[in-house]
Amino acid sequence: MATVTRAGAPTQRWQDVFEERRFLAPLLIAPAVLFIALLVLGPLLLAIYLSLTDATAGALSGDFVGFRNYLDAWDDPNFRHALRNTVIFTLVSQAVVLVGAGFLAHALVRDFRGKWFFRFLVILPWATPVALSTVAFLWIFHPLYSVVNWTLTHDIIPGGPAFYPYRAINWAFARDFWPAWIQISPIEPIDPPQWLGEPNLAMAAIIFAHAWRILPFATVIFIAGLASMPPEIDDAAKVDGATGLKKFWYVTLPLQLPIATVALLFGIVFTATDMTVVYILTHGGPFNSTHVLTTWAFDTGINSAALGQGAAISLYLLPALAVIAILMLRFARKVEVT
Amino acid sequence: MKREKLLSYAVVGPFAIVLAFPFYWMLMTALRADNDLYDIQQVPFKFNADSPTGANFRFLFEQTDYPRWLANTAIIGAAVVGITLVLALPAAYALARLSGRWGQGVGIGIFLTYLVPPTLLFLPLARVVSELHLNDRLWSMILVYPSFTVPFSIWLLMGFFKTIPPELEDAALVDGASRLTALVRVVFPLSVPGILTVVIFSFSLVVNEFVYAITFVSSSEAKTVSAGVPTELIRGDVFYWGALMAATLIPAIPLALLYNIFLNRFIAGFTGGAFR
Repeated sequence: MATVTRAGAPTQRWQDVFEERRFLAPLLIAPAVLFIALLVLGPLLLAIYLSLTDATAGALSGDFVGFRNYLDAWDDPNFRHALRNTVIFTLVSQAVVLVGAGFLAHALVRDFRGKWFFRFLVILPWATPVALSTVAFLWIFHPLYSVVNWTLTHDIIPGGPAFYPYRAINWAFARDFWPAWIQISPIEPIDPPQWLGEPNLAMAAIIFAHAWRILPFATVIFIAGLASMPPEIDDAAKVDGATGLKKFWYVTLPLQLPIATVALLFGIVFTATDMTVVYILTHGGPFNSTHVLTTWAFDTGINSAALGQGAAISLYLLPALAVIAILMLRFARKVEVT
Repeated sequence: MKREKLLSYAVVGPFAIVLAFPFYWMLMTALRADNDLYDIQQVPFKFNADSPTGANFRFLFEQTDYPRWLANTAIIGAAVVGITLVLALPAAYALARLSGRWGQGVGIGIFLTYLVPPTLLFLPLARVVSELHLNDRLWSMILVYPSFTVPFSIWLLMGFFKTIPPELEDAALVDGASRLTALVRVVFPLSVPGILTVVIFSFSLVVNEFVYAITFVSSSEAKTVSAGVPTELIRGDVFYWGALMAATLIPAIPLALLYNIFLNRFIAGFTGGAFR
């Protein structure tokens, strides 16, 4: 009863202040905001400052050089290659994720026997620390002991007719309806594909690793979206005679678009800003062909100790992140459709 | 109805095989003896006479720093989760309940900081860490990791707090409880599942972190699992693949089980979060 506790004992008055929303809310929020400002905003500003100087490792400052680091980075063919790779890896892997998650989520919202177990298997890649699962891919794509290559080049139906998967692939790719950019040279069992040693294959391996680890996350978000669709909509669609593809196109897709977009945008951020997969799988090799902005910034800023230059390289990501943030806020508002 | 179920298996089956195969492969490799693993004539899906063996696990725990990395990860994880809860719980509650329009703005601002990745911040932070003489010390990570767990947790917690009817606190307030008492006695107990979810996912973010870990720490004794396994166990042409795969499996399985248990709550918070 606020009216009874007049201006009495000092502790009482202090408590009144504490009860007041105007004071309590900022008081509760302040520590977190200060911490974030100190450890995210501060370093971000510091990175921008460093990128405008010629600072090297061992010093937190250098001479002001304007935009020279940005221009130098841009003139470096390695940088442009890394920029191109970042875009390719992100877009291709996320396209795969989007399609895959769409199918998986539709199958996983239904009830069937063993669903819990299947969901467990599907979640595995997301729950595993990226650095560790990438080490597993290092082994799966090993130059000598790759299980992929073993499977391709051996008779994999024991006791049955001789079936060598690489022969089927060679046969398929020998057909002439493939566009020029997708043509591959035939696989030789003596000299199997070097997944991490040949630029194009290494890029494919990196894209696969990214798609593999983001797919479960996107699927989970999609399932949430599907599960939140009110059953009345299902019934209404049925009454109106919308089934199958028609229902998907006119009912499900428009309703799922906002949440799917948010999942996609997160996938883009997680892939484009990730350093772990490329760093461990190829370390930018062979011949700097698979570097992305993050690994190139790391090599420049840490290994070559050109702090200012490295900061400039990684800051090329910032405009893209800003655009994604704006898009995310727009779409996230629409997620409340339900 | 029957056909739909079959369709589910037909879709989920192949995906599950591709997604889970690396784990099957980790297990097969981890259980192999070296003479089995590096024999080009050997069918890799079958064991030879010396396999399966626990030798790789023994090697991992007796001859490498792996136990140390596990312990480091647990220490850092516990400390970071503690700091995260102290900072995020009050902030998320205030943002969900007490603040008006400006709170919405702050909430969105905090959400945006979660989008700023470690790969943008590691260069300046590496300098800051060495100015503070925290290189090669667990403190460097305990200090820096909350910078991503706090925004993430505030966001999830806001979603959870909004699902608790405010009438419950109002009832406690009318009964004469102070707001803090209401918070501790009414709101927190009701949000235990949400708080547990935040604990699990913050901890897993810590286990996952790689960029800061390899920038701040170069001595093996202070490494986390994520940093230690790829940098210390892969050495030129010396192969420890059996031990390596054992090292990847050990953290993965418990994390995956926890993810499965808390998945539904994670989704609720993640999609609810700052925007309702």
